[in-house]
Amino acid sequence: MTPITIKSRPVYPGLSPDLNARINLIVCDKGGAAAVSELFARAEPPFAKRSTVFVADTLSTSEMETLKKELAPAACEFLPTLSSGIGRLREVLNDAPMGLRLYAAGTEPLIGSVVQAAADYGIDHLSIRTEHRGSLMRRVQCVHCKGFIENVTTNPVTCTHCGLTLFVRDHYSRRLAAFQGVCIDAEIPGDVPPTEAIYQ
Amino acid sequence: MALIFKDETFRDDFTYTNSPATIRRFPFPFIEDQYRYSVNIEPHTPGPKGSVLEFPFDIDEHYVSEMRDRAMVLQDDPGRCQALPHMMTAQWDMLELVMVALARDYPDHFTLHRDGAHWHWINKPLKIDQKFVFGEVNSLPYEPMEYIGRQVQGDFSIQDQRDNQLWMDAGIITSQADWSLDFDVGMNFFEWHAPVPLAHEAGVFERALKFLLNLQIGKPVRRLNWTMTINPRLDTSPENYPKWGTDRTTVTPENVGKKVHLRVEMQGLFRLPRSNAILFSIRGYLMSLEQIVTVPKWGRRLPRVLKSLPQELVDYKGLSRYRQTAIDWLEKYDDGAPTTPGNGPD
Amino acid sequence: MSGSLLRRVRVAEVEQVAARIKRFRFVDIDNAPLSEFSGGSHISVVMHSGDRMMRNPYSLMGSPTDTSSYQISVLHCGKDSRGGSQFMHENVAVGTELEISEPLNLFPPAKLAKKHVLLAGGIGITPFMSMMNDLDSLRSDFELHYGVRSLEEGAYCKYLQSRYGSRVNIYRQDQGQMIPLQTILGEQRLGSHMYVCGPKPMIDWALQTAELLGWPDENVHYEQFSAPPSGTPFIVKLAKTGREIMVKGHQSILEALEENGVDAPFLCRGGACGQCETGVIACDGYIEHNDHFLSEAERVSGKKIMICMSRIQTGSITLDL
Repeated sequence: MTPITIKSRPVYPGLSPDLNARINLIVCDKGGAAAVSELFARAEPPFAKRSTVFVADTLSTSEMETLKKELAPAACEFLPTLSSGIGRLREVLNDAPMGLRLYAAGTEPLIGSVVQAAADYGIDHLSIRTEHRGSLMRRVQCVHCKGFIENVTTNPVTCTHCGLTLFVRDHYSRRLAAFQGVCIDAEIPGDVPPTEAIYQ
Repeated sequence: MALIFKDETFRDDFTYTNSPATIRRFPFPFIEDQYRYSVNIEPHTPGPKGSVLEFPFDIDEHYVSEMRDRAMVLQDDPGRCQALPHMMTAQWDMLELVMVALARDYPDHFTLHRDGAHWHWINKPLKIDQKFVFGEVNSLPYEPMEYIGRQVQGDFSIQDQRDNQLWMDAGIITSQADWSLDFDVGMNFFEWHAPVPLAHEAGVFERALKFLLNLQIGKPVRRLNWTMTINPRLDTSPENYPKWGTDRTTVTPENVGKKVHLRVEMQGLFRLPRSNAILFSIRGYLMSLEQIVTVPKWGRRLPRVLKSLPQELVDYKGLSRYRQTAIDWLEKYDDGAPTTPGNGPD
Repeated sequence: MSGSLLRRVRVAEVEQVAARIKRFRFVDIDNAPLSEFSGGSHISVVMHSGDRMMRNPYSLMGSPTDTSSYQISVLHCGKDSRGGSQFMHENVAVGTELEISEPLNLFPPAKLAKKHVLLAGGIGITPFMSMMNDLDSLRSDFELHYGVRSLEEGAYCKYLQSRYGSRVNIYRQDQGQMIPLQTILGEQRLGSHMYVCGPKPMIDWALQTAELLGWPDENVHYEQFSAPPSGTPFIVKLAKTGREIMVKGHQSILEALEENGVDAPFLCRGGACGQCETGVIACDGYIEHNDHFLSEAERVSGKKIMICMSRIQTGSITLDL
């Protein structure tokens, strides 16, 4: 799904259960929910019972009902957006004890946002179990104006803040939860290769 | 010996140039006619008198003007200097290491009086006279890394050591060869080196990391790195790429000798005692091709090395547009005679 | 470039701090200031006993910012066949001159931790002495759980309690007190890190308890100082020079090489730092890996050995030296 190109590019090994964790906290989007349900199928039912799933995505009522059943007996919470999901995650981590294991499944912006938020609570990125599902879209930071461009599916991409045309590198910052975007025509302004939709 | 500091610029009219004595002490980075990648780490022990290796932190005729350029960069973009909160002990470690060295090695220019935690620092070239309490951040106008970083040539990063990794968790970087501190801060050794081609596969970074994790107090090491820059510009950051990128298209057979500069980084690595962090100094030296060929050995060797570069490195270092023009011009100074081993002038 | 810079020091003070534990204070031979160090650091002490040379690692215990002297504590191991601790106890007195290495830190506190839980068993208290000094001055949240056989055998109990108050918890084996590890680890806030130093069974118990309570590996740290285990003599062949060297029963490979004038790389001499990793070209015996550095895969491959700690049971081994 996400081939290793350079060493700063995160690797998402896939979800695996921590059978010793007393609380499993799982953040996912709609695509990632499928990975969560596969995780529950692989582990024994007590594992799902000790799990809470935050589904951070825009879902219809019937989609929520279906997911609730699919992920039972885990407790499910639905958050309408990624940022509200991260806000909820922060609330829970703020009062959480050791013995909590964090998981993230879905697109890279979702995984990256979970890892970024967890760092503030002393959770090492290596202790978060991750699985990439769904779109290859990226979060990109413009190295020139420092603005973030969400849900980038093309390379190059136009910075929505300063208007420069950016080449999206594989160089990734966990602290910023973003890939690096660098002006593609700095040497010969206007010399821009065709846009390719490679992060669909 | 008192240094005489030049008044020169690294932007706009680019008046920077090296005096003849500075040319002779330039750390030419190639020890043979063929390019070869190596870790080339050696003990950072004092070199010959007057050489760039004489002292751990080299101060030269460009000091005052370089510090002025750094202040301008920081004014425009404070993000070039960053330290994560857990790096404060390491910041003080760095301040102490640099102040003690400068006062010891350049007594005509720098003085340090210490009475317990009460320190008095005098920097004559920059007209600074500062009394402060070591360990008390509020007693300095900036945090310690920035305070001393504004008064010593070279970029600096500080690496925290944990979990058998080094983490670039602080730095003051205003004259970098196209990498962004703001983007890379918080990355580990492999991550911030990720864009470097070829070396990962060769296991270079794994060996270097293992070596550095065991770096000892009082036993600093160094290595050389190099790239090329158009015009004597210090701030070739990715942030400002749109401002300097076009320079690369301005090289012609007529101006190549003046415009194209070899940029050498003397990189020093020091274990910091209280924090167990590692200070990484990146001391840059710039010299135009025109000045390089005033040393016949370097004039012969440089075109030979440039011809032998692997394409990945040419692309990574951003030389593609002007490498051939530089080689064509330099070859006039290569009479085909053999060169002596080592990097110094004959 | 092997080993580290050595510094000559003089013993300025020796104090019996517990039944089998002595504290030694070293000053530079010329009274020059010593390097500052970071909490958790250790030094190696070079000992010459007859024709034998030993270098044992000991944690630095004093304040990391005190450059006038270094302090270490040494437990007299009665059954220690190598005799390093015995030498320190019986042959070293005020005025004795010794050589020590510069400080090295293989057990630093995790700077990003929200809280530090320190577990010490017996002489395993030593690395925590300087670590607590650092944590306290940084106002970091920490607690110490210290198991001793008895108050007579436990070093620094009173000092620690008076300096750190309720953050120090002491458990006396002679009164049947056990470290309630389940409870301690079960009640920590997210982002806590655990550090353990003590006898091997204690370290194993702590690591296992943490794992079973769902502590991630990244939050768990340990330091184990052990002398190179003794064994039966065997032959080391050096591939580059063709030399053959006998490793005696009480020696490590590294010590045998040094005794024979071979300059081999080393640093911690406790199997932790990785500096003495050496390639194995051939081996007709079974390698006992006693280090904490090589991965399981590297051990199974039989291609690497840490010569400061590991040996073979019988036969000979050819090293890439």
